Amino acid sequence: MPSNSTPLAESEPAVEPVRNPEHVHAALTRTSTGKEDLRELESGLDSLQSDAERKHRIDWSRILLPVAALVVLVLIWQFYVSLGVKRRDLVPGPLDVVGQMGVLWNEGKLQEAMLTSLQRGLVGFLISVAIATPVGLLLAQVAPLRRAFGPLISGLQVLPSVAWVPAAIIWFGLTDATVYFVVFMGAIPSIINGLISGVDQIPPQFRRVGTVLGANRIQMALQVVLPAALPGYLGGLKQGWAFSWRSLMAAEIIAVGGTIGFGLGSLLDQGRALSDMTVVMSAILLILGVGILIELLVFAPIEKRLLRRRGLLAGSTR
Amino acid sequence: MPVVLENLGKRFGDGAPVLDDVNANIGKGEFVALLGASGCGKSTLLNIIAGLEAPTSGALEVPSDGAAFMFQDAALFPWLTARENIELALKLRGVGKAERRTKAQELLELVHLGAAGDKRPHELSGGMRQRVSLARSLAQDRQLLLMDEPFAALDAITRDLLHDELERIWKETGRTIVFVTHNVREAVRLGQRVLLLSSRPGRVVQEWAVTEEHRTDAGLAGQLTGVITARLREEIRRHAK
Repeated sequence: MPSNSTPLAESEPAVEPVRNPEHVHAALTRTSTGKEDLRELESGLDSLQSDAERKHRIDWSRILLPVAALVVLVLIWQFYVSLGVKRRDLVPGPLDVVGQMGVLWNEGKLQEAMLTSLQRGLVGFLISVAIATPVGLLLAQVAPLRRAFGPLISGLQVLPSVAWVPAAIIWFGLTDATVYFVVFMGAIPSIINGLISGVDQIPPQFRRVGTVLGANRIQMALQVVLPAALPGYLGGLKQGWAFSWRSLMAAEIIAVGGTIGFGLGSLLDQGRALSDMTVVMSAILLILGVGILIELLVFAPIEKRLLRRRGLLAGSTR
Repeated sequence: MPVVLENLGKRFGDGAPVLDDVNANIGKGEFVALLGASGCGKSTLLNIIAGLEAPTSGALEVPSDGAAFMFQDAALFPWLTARENIELALKLRGVGKAERRTKAQELLELVHLGAAGDKRPHELSGGMRQRVSLARSLAQDRQLLLMDEPFAALDAITRDLLHDELERIWKETGRTIVFVTHNVREAVRLGQRVLLLSSRPGRVVQEWAVTEEHRTDAGLAGQLTGVITARLREEIRRHAK
């Protein structure tokens, strides 16, 4: 692109004779003198009106601040424990919990529980996405369906999915089916709702453009509506994952035994049964840790990329 | 005649008619400026010609393949680059993948944005976005191009340039253009014919021819602008209480 420093005067020796020199002020007539002149003017204006590109650097405060916050919290915890207000077996210190995690690791229990839960959580979540996405699109695009089932879906999102555990145990027994059923009931409604609210927030102009460009119903749904609703959909997916993970833990805590494998929830329940507070705390921290890790490693980068590409990141505190 | 409007009327529900007895003929390759004050149903008329809305009375004849449309805001899809926006229009028209690439690049170069194809809409200035939007509507490859105040939101410098640009592209592509505006200068600058639409109900009340003379002679163009402005004000004054 040519630089914007091209003086306008250079293009004045006109290709076409200009009868009235005041025409530039009036802009009622042609203001450029030919194709080349026009190209040059436009390119100058384009570079004047576009922002210079900014380089992205690693922002250390993004890493250091959360780590610092974590260190402060652990220090406060240790300080409280060393005051000796409560018995050590009721409120173990950070070092006791880390020690217990080491023991669990050596027994192989920690890895087993993590893998079992993560695998179930991810599989359950992915199946939920596969079910909820077409259903959500259908509900969002077809008004009678939306009116009929919308309130039910919103209601299901409010209903704690733990409430399904007793029913699931009766229907499926102590099997993996019980766990997955509870995960689905937690995740599917919230993904559907996220997608629907994402679709609701699409500027009406986008659909009109789609119509004008000749999109049929399916093309409209896949090429216009779904990408336009992506930020809302991603919000739904995040919430859906959170609901999957929570439901999974609830199911694992309540439904123990049978062919149900040993997950983090089972570990937590075992700690409770043995009245071993270090095991309970270890399980809680692991469950929390997985949640934070998935957010940081999966959702945050995707969301950031999505927003930056659409120019929605400027001025945010992310 | 690509567009024939006969006694066209439109009302929404039981309200007063927005358009009433609109008559117009627009010839192939013609550039017609549709001028009117706010609320005269200009956009409604354009939507009817585009097939986005149906008239409540009268008859209209439009090309069977429909019309390309350019909106006031560029209405580019923010999740696609400039090139992908144009390619989407080609794709929805059924153009094959390999051809889409070359055609999109040609169109980008036509609007002098050959180097900006990989930018996203938010990285482009208002004028550049509107040019991508123009390229996208040309990608639809319809003989008839409808434009709904496409330059209204742009700064004066950019708008003057885009007027030249649009005139050049119109001549190069031979499109039939119906250009809606509330700016008398813009109508005189661009249209071969200026149709004045009255307000509430909208109706074509007068039309003027703009000759090649007006394109280069600012005095002549200024005179015509004055005449049309006076007539437009007369229309507006009718609504004073």
